Amino acid sequence: MFRNNYDNDSVTFSPQGRIFQVEYAQEAVKQGSVVVGIVSKTHAVLAALKRNAEELSSYQRKIIPIDTHYGIALAGLASDARVLSNFMKQQSLASRLTYGRPILLSDITSRIGDRAQTNTQHYGKRPYGVGLLIAGVDARGPHLFEFQPSGVTVECVAGGIGARSQMARTYLERNLDEFENCSREELIKHALRALKDSLSQDKELTVDNTSLGVGGMEENFKMYEGQDIAGWLETTFENKQEGGQAAEGSGEGMELDS
Amino acid sequence: MNHFPEAWGRPRDDIYGSYNASYLPQSRGGLQSHHQPTTHTQQPIVTGTSVLALKFSTGVVIAADNLASYGSLARFTDVHRLKPFNKRAVVGFGGDVSDMQYLDRLLNSLDVEENYTSPTGDAKSDDDRALVDAPLMSAKNLHTYLAKVMYKRRTDFNPLWNALLVCGLDEKDQPFLASADLLGTTFSAPSMATGFGAHLAQPLLRRVAPDEAATQELSKEKAVEAIKECMKVLFYRDARSMNEYSVAVIDQSGVELKEDEKLENQSWAFADRIKGYGTQTV
Repeated sequence: MFRNNYDNDSVTFSPQGRIFQVEYAQEAVKQGSVVVGIVSKTHAVLAALKRNAEELSSYQRKIIPIDTHYGIALAGLASDARVLSNFMKQQSLASRLTYGRPILLSDITSRIGDRAQTNTQHYGKRPYGVGLLIAGVDARGPHLFEFQPSGVTVECVAGGIGARSQMARTYLERNLDEFENCSREELIKHALRALKDSLSQDKELTVDNTSLGVGGMEENFKMYEGQDIAGWLETTFENKQEGGQAAEGSGEGMELDS
Repeated sequence: MNHFPEAWGRPRDDIYGSYNASYLPQSRGGLQSHHQPTTHTQQPIVTGTSVLALKFSTGVVIAADNLASYGSLARFTDVHRLKPFNKRAVVGFGGDVSDMQYLDRLLNSLDVEENYTSPTGDAKSDDDRALVDAPLMSAKNLHTYLAKVMYKRRTDFNPLWNALLVCGLDEKDQPFLASADLLGTTFSAPSMATGFGAHLAQPLLRRVAPDEAATQELSKEKAVEAIKECMKVLFYRDARSMNEYSVAVIDQSGVELKEDEKLENQSWAFADRIKGYGTQTV
């Protein structure tokens, strides 16, 4: 009876001036598991919560290194992220080949932004159902960009997208002033804490469901997973328990034993 | 009704008569036959001669004369063959002048594109400003790009008939000098010369800067002087050269380009010892 007549394709406005297909695509991003990103003066960090379809299956990849100087974290349709990441890899390689320089993050971000926007303006096409955080270091220093299915791109100091990411963003907003002068290790801890804040009560960060991506001025972008991040998880949440004051031997309250 | 799809939507022959194709070329069913075959560059026409460049401790100096020859005729005497790209890169062109003009337009559009896609951003502090205001395209990036353009064109069997010297500063603000030619060949050295200069000036420049270590010790004044001396030697012995030239110095402070220099202190004393040319009888 009251079916929405304005959401059949991405080229039709509703009388209120909305394009429903684009809004639905943004919902797909909110269904994806949470990813956060932070930059300091020297480093850019991505942290992501991975999901597995069932206990026995492996976890879906959330962070994709694109070039040696940057990588992306995705929330939403992984298959759409695959298309975008392949495009980004190809564009990054083209920049290295023709000019012998790593592509600027602002440049690659606006290129996928343009691509995503065209999809919202052509009949028979659909918007990408994925949001991305693009983080790394280029000739102009460390950067973090957020990309949305509508084609909107924004540069930020810190950001989070995906399910329950509001909690992560609240943490980031609260600590916003600290990030600029953070060391590499402090930045990683902030990212993990922000990630943890967005989890529901019964969930925890483990070596299996967490992945990290780190890039820096003197450091190539690298993804860390599994046992490589065990140390960070341990130190980060030990401190947090005591409200920022690390107490020796507080193994009792550790959140890693499960 | 015609049932052949290729006729649908076109004026019907039985009403309008058949299409008058007479003005079309023969390949399209017309009568015109005088269209030309596709041609590729086989030889340069209007040419510029040598370009010289030399690295010194903090930058690079490059020079080329202002002559464009039509064969052996000194046809144009006000052609500037050094093209500044931005505040840390200059390209010097030897060879075909029309191809130089094509490349110059290409570089202009590249510069516009570069400034459009990544304009200078908001700088939060003075440290940031240095980072943000720095031109992104270094001489090294420009050389890579130009070498690809040259190689692409030779692969199409339609080369751009030039020998290029690209000089300036690289990403780390160190002096940079490299060449690319019509074959897409690239080369780099502390001193470089194209064309006749490769035979006449290069040995003299190597005496000033035999290796990279020597350029570290070389002052700007010494380098400019060496280049000017070489321009003079080239004018003595290269019949396609002239005594007006352009010289550019690229260092941290930017590009300093002078386009109407004249050779000074010429000495033709050596000339009467040369025998065996013209109407002379030895």
